[in-house]
Amino acid sequence: MTEPIAFHLTKDDQYKGLDIPKAMTREAWSVTLAEMAETRPEIVVLSADLLKATLASRFGDRYPQRTFNVGVAEQNLVGTAAGLALAGKIPVIATFSVFLLMRACEQVRTDICYPKLNVKLVGTAAGFSFGLGGATHMTTEDLALARALPNLVVLAPADYHQTVHATRAALAHVGPVFLRVGRSAEPIIYDEESTFEIGKANLLRQGDDLTLIACGASVFESLRAASILSERGLSVRVLDMHTIKPLDEEAVLTAAAETRGILTVEEHSRIGGLGGAVAETLAEAGVATRFRRLGIPGIFATEGNADYLRHTYGLDGEGIAAAAVTLLKRNDV
Amino acid sequence: MDLAYHANDLRRELVLMFGRAQGGHFGGALSAAEIIAALYFDVLNIRPKEPEWPDRDRFILSKGHAAPALYAALCTRGFFPRSILEEFEEPGNPLTMHPNMHKVPGVDASTGSMGHGLPLGVGIALAGMLDQRPYRVFVLMGDGETQEGSVWEAVMCASHYRLDRLVAIVDRNRLSCDGEIANIQCQEPYAIRWEAFGWSVREIDGHNADEVAQALHQTPFQPGKPSVLIAHTIKGRGVSFMENQPNFHRANISPEQVEQALAEIAAQREALS
Repeated sequence: MTEPIAFHLTKDDQYKGLDIPKAMTREAWSVTLAEMAETRPEIVVLSADLLKATLASRFGDRYPQRTFNVGVAEQNLVGTAAGLALAGKIPVIATFSVFLLMRACEQVRTDICYPKLNVKLVGTAAGFSFGLGGATHMTTEDLALARALPNLVVLAPADYHQTVHATRAALAHVGPVFLRVGRSAEPIIYDEESTFEIGKANLLRQGDDLTLIACGASVFESLRAASILSERGLSVRVLDMHTIKPLDEEAVLTAAAETRGILTVEEHSRIGGLGGAVAETLAEAGVATRFRRLGIPGIFATEGNADYLRHTYGLDGEGIAAAAVTLLKRNDV
Repeated sequence: MDLAYHANDLRRELVLMFGRAQGGHFGGALSAAEIIAALYFDVLNIRPKEPEWPDRDRFILSKGHAAPALYAALCTRGFFPRSILEEFEEPGNPLTMHPNMHKVPGVDASTGSMGHGLPLGVGIALAGMLDQRPYRVFVLMGDGETQEGSVWEAVMCASHYRLDRLVAIVDRNRLSCDGEIANIQCQEPYAIRWEAFGWSVREIDGHNADEVAQALHQTPFQPGKPSVLIAHTIKGRGVSFMENQPNFHRANISPEQVEQALAEIAAQREALS
């Protein structure tokens, strides 16, 4: 049996404490980029009047000449970045995920993905992290859109340190990458030295009763759920599926073979995101297993802070644990 | 060779290409013939043997549906052999309805969707400014295309960054897919709109290739400002039954019509000598 990788929180009781250090993933990408910038003069950053809100300013304050604020104009934001890439730059675009992938979706598709340009797209305020902003600002359909775009690598890191690694990996990859980050500070799961490889899921917790496959902030809640379930005598595997595309299909199929069911967890519509990707993998492989997608059930989520929304939609540790128990009771598989 | 001859050649080639394909975007390709001739046979600083030369002038055919005129110019300049031109739109041929930069040497950007070219041009010009490169960036748009909001976002941005190595050319043929632009969504006062956004503007007869070339050589029209050349043209220019006919934005064509079009273009060539 594969050994889980080492990560920051290793004892179950740590999940219960309120003193877990937190940090913002939206800060991690920008700080990392600023560190890389000195030796990588081709890196430039663009935003559409959200340099501060995306914390692209962490880069922009140090490299103002290499930072472009095009104003509230997302179509030109993406097109201009594509032009910079055509002339040899590595542009990194940052704006709220909803504006990046929806307001300027065709530019992302036609100007960046189609010619396979080396542009990195940082979509912030994704998932419940800006739930207070309501449906206009929180983004719960972006993974589905990003997955459908050819040539686009789709990353949804779980915490600050993983976002650092994901940013480095995105820059090392030649071609378009979508990096989904949040807004509010989220618990730190990983050590600074944790491993990250595009397309390879991180096994965080070994188990043989059930597998939780999660991405983004849902990874922490899944670890909490696994901790709750272990008190009830259930051994739960947790996979951090930080890369939504290309999906680590091997990890999915291994989990299906070695555990009694799979529950996917994401702060995203149940349609087309991580859950959709896992379902497609299982169905095409002809695997029958207990399976359920946790996420937002085809609605616009109500307004509220992330904790409130996680509780409301059953995406907190307790909600995930309850769904897991229900799933394991199913006898129709 | 005189630029007018080159424009005439482009017309013949594109009618042949569309003729073999039994249809195509005649109107906007014919209206742009002098503009593309001026660029590829005079203005652009390019190296056909080195298509990716970093200091080359860039040309973005934002109105990608006029691609055959561009293909003919690139072929004549030696970017690819003639045999490819003769198989336009054949399955597997790199020359497709809208140009693909990864398939056609000399094509600087994949285009076809309206309103995308100018933002690309802004980005390339910004990179040139950062790297202190000497190249200029020319973006050819249709006038109907400039109804897109993305164009005006880019117009604002180019002006803000004082991108005076960026040149927009508008093929102002006054027709779009559905008819007369003025009856669909009015664009007047057209030049004043560009001026109000901080661009330096010049208007010209877009069918006088020498004048087009001369104007493009004189860019930037004002230092510190991006330039726009509004080229007044006739959609379908050079083929009598296509001129000013919205139906020939894109149309099927019979062998008899191809023959007539080629005869008219040949007569125009005779008249040049």
